[in-house]
This record gives sequence, C-alpha cells and structure tokens, in this order.
Amino acid sequence: MIKTWLASRGGARIFGGISVVVALAAIELLIRVGIVNRFIVPLPTEIIAAIPRIIVDENVLHRFWQTAQEVLWASLLLTGFGISIGVLLYRFALLRRACETWVGALAAAPVVLMYPLFLVIFGRSATTIVMIGFAAGLAPVILKTTEGLAGTRRVLLDVGHSFRLTRSQQFRKILLPAALPSIFVGLKLGLIFAMINIVGVEFLINFGGLGQLINELAERYDLPGTYGAISFVILTSIVFFVITERLEQWLTPAH
Amino acid sequence: MADAGPLSSGSDLATSRRSVTLLRVGIVVAILLSWEVLAASGLLYRDVVPSLVAIGRAIGRVLANPDFYLNLAVTLTEIAVAIVIGGLSGLATGILLGANPFLSRAYESLLYYLGPTPKIIFFPVMILWFGVGSGSKIAMGVASCFFPIVISAASGMRQIDPVLIRVGKSFHASAWQMVRKIYLPAMRQPIVNGIRLGLGVAIIGTLLAETKLSNRGIGYLIIQAYSTFDMPTMYALLIVLFVLSIGANALIGRLGGTFTTGKSTRRIVRR
Repeated sequence: MIKTWLASRGGARIFGGISVVVALAAIELLIRVGIVNRFIVPLPTEIIAAIPRIIVDENVLHRFWQTAQEVLWASLLLTGFGISIGVLLYRFALLRRACETWVGALAAAPVVLMYPLFLVIFGRSATTIVMIGFAAGLAPVILKTTEGLAGTRRVLLDVGHSFRLTRSQQFRKILLPAALPSIFVGLKLGLIFAMINIVGVEFLINFGGLGQLINELAERYDLPGTYGAISFVILTSIVFFVITERLEQWLTPAH
Repeated sequence: MADAGPLSSGSDLATSRRSVTLLRVGIVVAILLSWEVLAASGLLYRDVVPSLVAIGRAIGRVLANPDFYLNLAVTLTEIAVAIVIGGLSGLATGILLGANPFLSRAYESLLYYLGPTPKIIFFPVMILWFGVGSGSKIAMGVASCFFPIVISAASGMRQIDPVLIRVGKSFHASAWQMVRKIYLPAMRQPIVNGIRLGLGVAIIGTLLAETKLSNRGIGYLIIQAYSTFDMPTMYALLIVLFVLSIGANALIGRLGGTFTTGKSTRRIVRR
C-alpha cells in the first residue's frame, strides 16, 4: 500500500517535501548541539520566526510592490520593443538573416555584467534596474516572436490570400493568433530573465525592493532576517515562475 | 536551358549572401558612426560615451597591462573550479534523478523551480560560509551552474535508448561501468548543452560576486573602473569580457559538435 502510494506522483512529491523538513530538523539539531556554528547558520526555527518580523518591520509588502513595478515596466518594454523587433525581422527577411545570429549572441551574452555602465548612464535609480531587466530579457522575446510568425502554416496564409485580406488584416487575423503561443513562450522566458536580473541588480546596487532588503539585513548582520528574506525571495520567484507557467499552459491551445 | 535553374539558384544564393554581408557591414558602420556622433555631440555627460578611438586605446592599454592577466587568471581559475565542482555534482545528481523515477518525481520539481531564482542573493550567505576570498566566488559559480547541468543531465539520461541500457545490464555491467560505458557516452549532447548553459551562468555568478566584494579578478577591475569613472577602461574591460565569454561558449559548442558527430554510442558499447 505504502509502496503504491510512493510510486504515485503525489506520493513521491509529499515524500520529497517531508525529506526537506527532516533535513531542516537535522540542521536544527546539529546547530543546537554545537556541531554547526549558529553565528554562520541560524536555527531554521529562528529563520521561520524572523519572517513575520521582516514582513512588518522591513515593510516587505512595499518592497515587493517596488520590485513588482520594476518587473512590470520591464515587461511592458519587453512586450512593446521585443515583439515589434520580432515582427520587423519577420517582415524583412534580409534583415532577419543579417541580425538573427546577433540576437542569438545577445541571448548568450552576460548582459547583467554591464550594470556599472547602466549606473553611469541612468544613475542609481529604478530606471537602471528596469533597463537591465529589459536588456536581459529582450533576446528571447525577439527570437520567439520571429520563430512564431515564420512558423505560421502555409495553408492559413493561403486562406488569407484567397479572402483578399489586406496586409494588416492578414497580420491581425492570421499571423498574430498563429504565433501567439510562441510569442508567449518568448515573453515568459524574457520575464523570468528580467525578474532574475532585476532582483540581482537591486541587491548589487543596494537600491529598490526585495534585493536591497537582503543586502541591508546582511550588512546589519541580522542572520535570521537575511536567511528569511532570501527564503521570501525564493518563494516569490517560484510563485512567479509557476504563474507564468500556468498562464502559458492556459494560452497554449492543446494539440 | 536545363542547366539554367541550378546555375541561377547558385548565383541567387551568392547574391543573397553578399546582400546579407553588405547589410551587416552597413549596420555595424551605422552603429559606430552614431556612437561617434553621440560622443562628439556632448548630449550625454562627458565621457559616458567615449570616442571609439579612446575605447580602442583603452583596449590596447588593458591588453598590454600585466595586471589584467593576473586578474584574468584569478577569474578564470574561479570559474574553472566552479564548473568542475558544479559540473561533477550536477552530473552525478542528474544521472541519479534520471535513472530513478521515484527520486525524479520527489525532487526534480524542487530543482526545476529553484533553477530560475536569482543566485546572487545567496552571496551574503556564501561570504559567511566561505569567506571574502575566492571561496565565496567559486561557491557563487557552483550555485549558478549546478541547476542547468543537473536538469540537462537528468533529461539526457531519460532520453537514452533503452536498448543500450538493456545491453549493459545483460553484460552484468557494474553501476560505474554503466555510467562510464553507457550513460556518459549516450548523454554527450545534453551534457555539453548543460555545460554551455552552466558556463554562461557560472561566469555571470562569479563576476557579479567579484563586483560586489573582492580585491582581485575582472569583476573587481570593472567596478574599480566604475568607481574612478574611467569609462574607456570600463568599456574596454566589458568588450574583452563579452568576447571571451561568447568565445568560450562557442568553443564548448564546437567541441560538443566534434564529440557527437558520427560517433555512435553503439560502437562504444560494442567494445
């Protein structure tokens, strides 16, 4: 009976969750008996107890809202510029052939390392953070938009031609709906890259929302608070990732 | 007339290639000219956009400076150690998860969701655990590259032809022999892809940690140039860094291609 339950997906996941709790309990024990230094690794119970404190005292909701606003601005820029550039590359085949490799190289380039340059150009402000997020997430949006538009089935385009659709109608009624799943995959990837880089740069330049919170708590040597804030950011990014994944599943038609 | 088709399509191809090259050159020239005009216009603060000549000179200065190579060696060592530790542990975990469906169901979703979290936020913890020296930077590199490698290895493991695994088992291969003779040769492409992704994020993780708190390495040089507002040097360092990281990525991709083309895993099994 237990074997069958463990073999099921839900059973295995619950087992995984329980084993994580057991590992945390083991760490708690190791710290309490003095094998692990509590000035380096705080007690897991202290970390859990610190979370309500940092939510209230450190105004986490306001910081969360700051980070969310930065992600929102970056996502608007990504949607506007990324999709437009993708459409442009699709419309002009020569331009696409000339630039697609460059966009691919941009996707592989460590854009976030340019943050000192962005600091000089935009100052130590939310604009720097938003622009880094935008630059980091741009390549997948462009590439997936072009890929989605170029992958539209020939028969759909022929149907459009037979109905004598104008270029704009062809785009709105055929190309865009057909490319939407691929565009959304690009937006999802772009948003994830943007979010990672936004929180990262907040931490690095000590400005903004959740990233700055970790930096501040670490500088105050508030260990349970630092670990608690890191756990909060991890949880936030997991929730963000799950939401984008669900949205993608919802928007992608089942084949 | 019959020959005209292939000939004309061949010449079309050549014309098209020439057009692409011309357009690329045109775009590069336009960008460089715009940069130079912007540098000379004074629209931005002085030196934020230095002239191309100044950047070119700075690149020469950086490459001629022995200090740059000492710092480059520090960064490269940190990244190399991170890739070895993160790669081996990621590979071992990936093989374990890929070979065992129960472990995969229990833990893979955790790794899948932890993968996209921003790893730099762990840096304060890494400093506490490994100190302010190279140890914390290596740890950042390891934390960054572990996830793409483990996910890629687990997925590669599941894609291995079951026939190969049955062949290994029918020869009573030990677990180590299975890893060496069946799993690793059959998983070359996913492993190379994982290492490529891992290398990219290990470079980012290590260098970001160097920019945050360090007294050596390329990240340190970049943040020093920023602090002293030496913009041409900062541009030069970023350009050199981008060239090196894109080159390393391409090199691993090419090595992966060389390893995987035409080398049948079955031949390895037959030995």
